[in-house]
Amino acid sequence: MTTYAVEVVYRGIFQRTLSRNICRGIVLAAHKGGKIGTAFGRYGDSPERNGIPAKYFAVVADDQLELEESLAKYEPKEVDVTICVDDTLCKGVESWAWYGLQPINALTKEGGALLVTSKQAADALLEDIHRKGMPYRLAIVSGPASFSGLWVYKDDHTDVRILGALARVCPGLVSMEAYEQVIQEIWSNEAKVRSARRSYDQTRVRPVEPAEGNTSVPFSFTKPGWTQMREALTIVGVPQGAGFRGGQGGFQPARSEVFKKFSTRTMRPIVNFQTCTKCTLCWLQCPDSCFDVTPDGRYDANLEACCGCGVCADVCPVADCVTMVNEAHFNDNSSQYDWFQRDKDGYLRWLTETVAQQKGEQRSHGFHHWGQYKEEIAAAAAASEAGHDN
Amino acid sequence: MTTRTAEEAPVAGREELISGSEAIAQACALADIDVVTAYPIRPYDTVMQFLSRLIADGALKCEFIVAESEHSQFEIVKHASAVGARTFVGSSGVGWFYALEAIAVTAGLRLPVVALVGNRALDDPGAFGCEHNDALAVRDLGWLMNWVSTGQEALDTALIAWRVAEDPRVFLPCAISADGAFLTHSQQIVRVPDKRLVDRFLPPYNRGDLQLHPDNPITIAPQVNEDWLMEMRKQTDAAMRRSRDVIIEAYLDFNRIFHRDLTPFTEEYMTEDAEVILVGVGTLALPIKVAVRRLREQGQKVGFLRLKWFRPFPMPEVQKALSKAKAVGVIDRDYSFGSPMHGGVLAHEVRSALYDVEPRVPVVNFVAGLGGREITQPFAREMFAITQQAAQSGASDTQTHWIGVRENQE
Repeated sequence: MTTYAVEVVYRGIFQRTLSRNICRGIVLAAHKGGKIGTAFGRYGDSPERNGIPAKYFAVVADDQLELEESLAKYEPKEVDVTICVDDTLCKGVESWAWYGLQPINALTKEGGALLVTSKQAADALLEDIHRKGMPYRLAIVSGPASFSGLWVYKDDHTDVRILGALARVCPGLVSMEAYEQVIQEIWSNEAKVRSARRSYDQTRVRPVEPAEGNTSVPFSFTKPGWTQMREALTIVGVPQGAGFRGGQGGFQPARSEVFKKFSTRTMRPIVNFQTCTKCTLCWLQCPDSCFDVTPDGRYDANLEACCGCGVCADVCPVADCVTMVNEAHFNDNSSQYDWFQRDKDGYLRWLTETVAQQKGEQRSHGFHHWGQYKEEIAAAAAASEAGHDN
Repeated sequence: MTTRTAEEAPVAGREELISGSEAIAQACALADIDVVTAYPIRPYDTVMQFLSRLIADGALKCEFIVAESEHSQFEIVKHASAVGARTFVGSSGVGWFYALEAIAVTAGLRLPVVALVGNRALDDPGAFGCEHNDALAVRDLGWLMNWVSTGQEALDTALIAWRVAEDPRVFLPCAISADGAFLTHSQQIVRVPDKRLVDRFLPPYNRGDLQLHPDNPITIAPQVNEDWLMEMRKQTDAAMRRSRDVIIEAYLDFNRIFHRDLTPFTEEYMTEDAEVILVGVGTLALPIKVAVRRLREQGQKVGFLRLKWFRPFPMPEVQKALSKAKAVGVIDRDYSFGSPMHGGVLAHEVRSALYDVEPRVPVVNFVAGLGGREITQPFAREMFAITQQAAQSGASDTQTHWIGVRENQE
């Protein structure tokens, strides 16, 4: 009598169908082996929102009686495998459905597995993934964050590559043969079956020690009791804010301490404070009021509040003054302006190098020209053919 | 049983991994509905998505009308049903309330519209989660009402709903309630029966001389005064009373044709020798049944009674199942503020049903799972423990317990 639970952590809109395909694949393949299961999205999530972190689950049990224990729930208490289909989610997730930042491995069981699609190496990912305090395993499906779940884009085989890797990291759940059978039935595509098999053959699993991982404490929030809440469905507005860093000059809007949104971000703006003309456009157009106005009239993107939409970079009239770059390369939300004040030359050198390297390296909600995804899909297909490189 | 001819042999149908909403949409295709109207609101809107797909795939041919509001949505099926169309409609939460004028008269006009209520909390505050007050708003109006708890039951019950609603002895609309999220949005393996068997179970809708048609000139819904209305209400009452036998008949036929063993009105789970029984509707049955199994393993005589049908209220079944218990706890995923026990709707109905049972069984009321809050194992055990206290004291506890509400933090 064993129940298996798998979660897929994904980005709203872009990867919803991808996650659904993965979880349906698991349940249908398990059914081939006489097990029954259920697949469902976390209802409280709001996956219609661009890029917002959301979850999909597959739960598989030996019989109906056992499955009932897992039904009528929003999510399992723990999972055998956490699948993360966008590696920036390894920094932790905050969706509409829960409060505070949830580590990517929060539900992963002791001895369970975290399966990530990423072009990063395991050690780099572990700088983001919070320390678990118990041993588990990490496996990587090499490739970019897939958009194959977005119906207008082409299939890049990420769904079946994940299923193949899953047969490797969790063999007790479903056999590779059952996955192959179901993949053929659903998609009638030999190439997809081959992709899954290749992924199965090449997936390597790295044990993670209890002490490994990001040691920062994820922000959290204690919900008040019913007599402590305001009556009549009201909430108090956020106050107006004050000077930059609490000083006299500049302006810093007050923000919610308990809802930060930055885990929605897959790209972040980096600002050249030297070429900035103080035109105010980024500050005016930012839909989340995430720019803090410095005493000298510049605009510092507050990275706890920024969800990475890229409007600032689009409206900035100065070349390479605000540039969107890959969030995966960063490990914290510290202020760029503070760094610039401390070490102008060092900051500008880093900025110039980063812009040169990463300009045009786009992810999730970062398509900035027509045909960009077509270029990426070719790379993704090549990755699938070549198999893993780690 | 005599040997079956080849024609009567069971047709296997097919298994599909589908959500509760998809199961309802599949039932629409099997029942070959004529008119469906839609207006989006979560969680019901998933049904219209799946229906659109079935129509696009050619699996269902019907008029699919997306109305400009729920009010029109329910008006259109009402009229379509009057001219003899088999209809399907649905909504959730405040969408259902916005259509309430049309919903109320549909029952009075004796039009067998079948509706899905994807149960949702009534906004404000904006909330998607499951509460049952949306469906319960029509409990007094002449709608047949039931609650389903699995995808399979959703499909089965929809087929039964058309059969009962369209029976000339009944001609009443039927609202099928499915808990938002837990049922509408979770995919399970569902057996979809063969259309040929469904045709054997579900005859075409025939409104007879009540059908609005040029060849049958009639006036529907005239203006009346005090000389007429009470008799009309009595007719609706008589139809609701007759529906009980029609429901029993439908389940007998359903079991015979599809080779199943469904009970019509209630599901009794380990109630036979139970001293303490919890009562509820919908998907909360799943965690409560798990709790029953675990408490039974510890030697506690506990059970669960799930009401499948709420209108007509299964009075004999409820009395029979609960009369031997030492105490009964009723779980409401709804509220009735200011009601006699300041509790929920279901508890007051069950308490009323047990009034004449000798000796009278103590009844406790729980309000739980509001806004779609999960009913966990600790909550289920807490409800059993409180009901066990009532069993020991032998007295009803009328204070109504809110289970899982967040008390003050330090």
